Amino acid sequence: MSLTTASSAAYLVAGLLFVLSLAGLSKHETAKAGNTYGMAGMALALIATVALAADDLEAAAIIAIVAAMAVGAALGIWRARQVEMTGMPELIALLHSFVGLAAVLVGWNGYLSVEGAPAGEAEELGLAVEIHSAEVSIGVFIGAVTFTGSIVAFLKLSARIKSNPLVLPGKNWLNLGALALFVVLTVVFVVEPSLPVLAVLTALALALGWHLVASIGGGDMPVVVSMLNSYSGWAAAAAGFLLDNDLLIITGALVGSSGAYLSYIMCKAMNRSFISVIAGGFGNEGAAAVGGGEDGEHTEITAADVAELLIDARSVVITPGYGMAVAHAQGPVADLTRQLADRGVDVRFGIHPVAGRLPGHMNVLLAEAKVPYDVVLEMDEVNDDLAATDVVLVIGANDTVNPSAADPGSPIAGMPVLRVWEAGTVIVFKRSMNTGYAGVQNPLFFRENTRMLFGDARERVEDILKAL
Amino acid sequence: MLIGVPRESSPGETRVAATPITVRQLRDLGHEVLVESGAGLAASHTDEAYAEAGARIGSAAEAWGAEVVLHVAKPSAAEIGMLRDGGVLVSLLSPALDPELVTALAARPVTALAMDAVPRISRAQSLDVLSSMANIAGYRAVIEAAHAFGRFFTGQVTAAGKVPPAKVLVAGAGVAGLAAIGAASSLGAIVRATDVRPEVADQIASLGGEYVGVPADEPQPGGGTGYASVTSEDYNQRAAEMYAEQARDVDIVITTALIPGRAAPRLLNAEMVASMKPGSVIVDMAAGQGGNVEGSVADQVVTTPNGVTIIGYTDLPGRLPAQASQLYGTNLVNLVKLLTPAKDGQLVLDMDDVVIRAMTVVRSGEVLWPPPPVAVSAAPAAPAVPAPAPLVKAEKPAMSPARRSALVGLGAAVLFLLTAFAPNQLVGNLTVFALAVVVGFYVIGHVHHALHTPLMSVTNAISGIIVVGALLQLGHISGVVTVLAFIAVLLASINVFGGFAVTRRMLGMFTRGPARTSAGSAR
Repeated sequence: MSLTTASSAAYLVAGLLFVLSLAGLSKHETAKAGNTYGMAGMALALIATVALAADDLEAAAIIAIVAAMAVGAALGIWRARQVEMTGMPELIALLHSFVGLAAVLVGWNGYLSVEGAPAGEAEELGLAVEIHSAEVSIGVFIGAVTFTGSIVAFLKLSARIKSNPLVLPGKNWLNLGALALFVVLTVVFVVEPSLPVLAVLTALALALGWHLVASIGGGDMPVVVSMLNSYSGWAAAAAGFLLDNDLLIITGALVGSSGAYLSYIMCKAMNRSFISVIAGGFGNEGAAAVGGGEDGEHTEITAADVAELLIDARSVVITPGYGMAVAHAQGPVADLTRQLADRGVDVRFGIHPVAGRLPGHMNVLLAEAKVPYDVVLEMDEVNDDLAATDVVLVIGANDTVNPSAADPGSPIAGMPVLRVWEAGTVIVFKRSMNTGYAGVQNPLFFRENTRMLFGDARERVEDILKAL
Repeated sequence: MLIGVPRESSPGETRVAATPITVRQLRDLGHEVLVESGAGLAASHTDEAYAEAGARIGSAAEAWGAEVVLHVAKPSAAEIGMLRDGGVLVSLLSPALDPELVTALAARPVTALAMDAVPRISRAQSLDVLSSMANIAGYRAVIEAAHAFGRFFTGQVTAAGKVPPAKVLVAGAGVAGLAAIGAASSLGAIVRATDVRPEVADQIASLGGEYVGVPADEPQPGGGTGYASVTSEDYNQRAAEMYAEQARDVDIVITTALIPGRAAPRLLNAEMVASMKPGSVIVDMAAGQGGNVEGSVADQVVTTPNGVTIIGYTDLPGRLPAQASQLYGTNLVNLVKLLTPAKDGQLVLDMDDVVIRAMTVVRSGEVLWPPPPVAVSAAPAAPAVPAPAPLVKAEKPAMSPARRSALVGLGAAVLFLLTAFAPNQLVGNLTVFALAVVVGFYVIGHVHHALHTPLMSVTNAISGIIVVGALLQLGHISGVVTVLAFIAVLLASINVFGGFAVTRRMLGMFTRGPARTSAGSAR
């Protein structure tokens, strides 16, 4: 057993541990074990790599490695401890950007240590230089797209920039043109590897990543984040090709395809075409048709009246949306749930698959507030019961409860929604009468069994708690 | 606005149009309420209880002379005469079956709303008296059957021997049928149910019944009204065979089949009744409309020569007067709510509202019956109706098999060429890559929706594996490479450690409900 075969063996085991980790994460019962498998796999991979690298490195380099990892670990764990559950989407988007940037750096290093190395010092390759060059170009491209895409997603999610979609004229052509240019540049780079070409290629990819995500509206962020997750996997896989490292390939492909599948689930939930999401900038078709929309009279209600309604109700369904996250209302909502449950009211949650800004965002927030996960139901599980429900509390959700999804002329036509309007009374917690992210007017607000409760969701829920 | 609640004068009418609870609700809407003395006695509501709820107690003339009169049964000619000019009468009127009553009402300058003409749309459910009364009737039908049946409903094993459970067949799974299924199965009987609409099988199952279908070639149209409609010859033939078979087997039959505006369909003929076991009970809830069962007599209990009891009561809701009055009263409160949008006691009859339009039989002496049709069925045939599922399908036709195999073939060919011309090392890499992609797809195929975020953060941590790539590049050749690799290691490490730590934190939060687990162990 040589060091090389030992590390290959360790890589194989680590790859399988990652498979187990992802598999474990699909059920509550096995989720924690899944995370542990993931950590074990990562530890194994790191030890094997460091051992392999330490073989021909000086002490200074090893110290540098340990220092870099220690700093990275400290930063990572600090952020993980600090982050509020409402800020989870931003954190994950930011972390994706790191993988993207690391992939770009690895790609550049690949070039610098082979094609760009001074004569005689280049590393030996097991294959033609042309293939290596192509791998460098693909790896850098995917990494750079992931990097800027994630940065834009992070900025949009943390409201540092406007989340409205950027609409450049002919944006689809811009994207296609960038892809075509990338192919041309790759060919040039393969034929004649040079630093300027690689630099142009990187800049192009960075611009494309920025544009792709900038042209996607805030409401579609769950899809975007899981799509970037997938991209970061492909970036790692590309690095694996570059370095002829099977562990990187396996892991990257696992993350890439599982992320793509997750995006696909999200797309189905929003009735969007998967292709148009990957291409970026969907959700704007038909936006022009929105305009005035139908208006009507809405009825307001006070928190005290809501409390009374809730006491008299036998069954209550709460459908939270991003507004609950923004207002940090999950704690009071959980208190409300407990109080009502103590009074014998049947309280459940109905979660739309794309509620929030991250797949499963609402579930995490409710879990943080100690809402038991067995009363938190998926849209399909709760939709048929809504007609028999006395009161529905819509907390900070809009497009996911919009009845106009059934109207073929609407921009959100065909999107599956929570049919809250079938319930006895619908209480909508909302800051104002503005439209949701899709920019579509919501006829729900003007239904006669709908009551509007305006103001900050957290304060209003606390008012209800007081009234109870 | 003064609302009058007269005492019901029709013989056998035990219900009353308002209870002390609904009186309070009506007063909250800004109305005054006047209840005729003794109106609620049959439903166990005393005058004192009404007075305590804020109602005035008055005479019949005062109640009928109110601006709005809430009533249950059809009014008599004398009662119509007592209505004030411009008054509003809300009552059960069955305008489709009783045109003379409509004419009589139109002879007076009054407005009449028929509670039994509420369209079956979701918005109007809260005023749908037919539903609320049918619910009570279905329950009571089971109670009547249990009363007449000489045995237990539930099966038991006792020291005195084993008792088999009763078998109940409910024909028609509308509101009444579903209520009957629920009541019978909660008494412990084995419940089977039939309906011309196969899509109600789930609802039947949810209440503990078993769906018995009629083998049919063509789906039976719902007719766009929310009610069952007439079926074809051939279908009826097969349905008859099914009923004949069931009749021999079951102990109790409850029939609820009604088609609005027509005679009730005949489900069981004399021969089938004769084939039932002695002691069996049939409750024919359609006896008032001609009966689903041959030999049933409206309002009477008949016993056939072979000892089968056929109950033909038409006043099943009235046999639970307190419950029926409460539900009817609440339906009326919901109507009054709709009529007084400002909650200021001012009545507004908005003829553009399809619900109110459909209910209005007579307005100020003008006959408005029948109303324009309101389509409510969720079938794709009705264009005005939300039908999201079929729409989606129409927009996105499934990929044709030919196209799919073409795509698969193309992908396979590309992969083949790529691999065939690649050098050895790349072949190995591609193999690993392709297999890992497939594994990735399948491994998260059934991920629980609540775990999407932890899954993403763990895959994010795992994609920090790129640290391995950067590590391998450290300390090579030029200083630039080392510096870049160093940065890459740092960034990727943040990812690895941050990703796993945050996943751990999130997973620690997910807890199962303590209430349920402790309830489980307490049992």
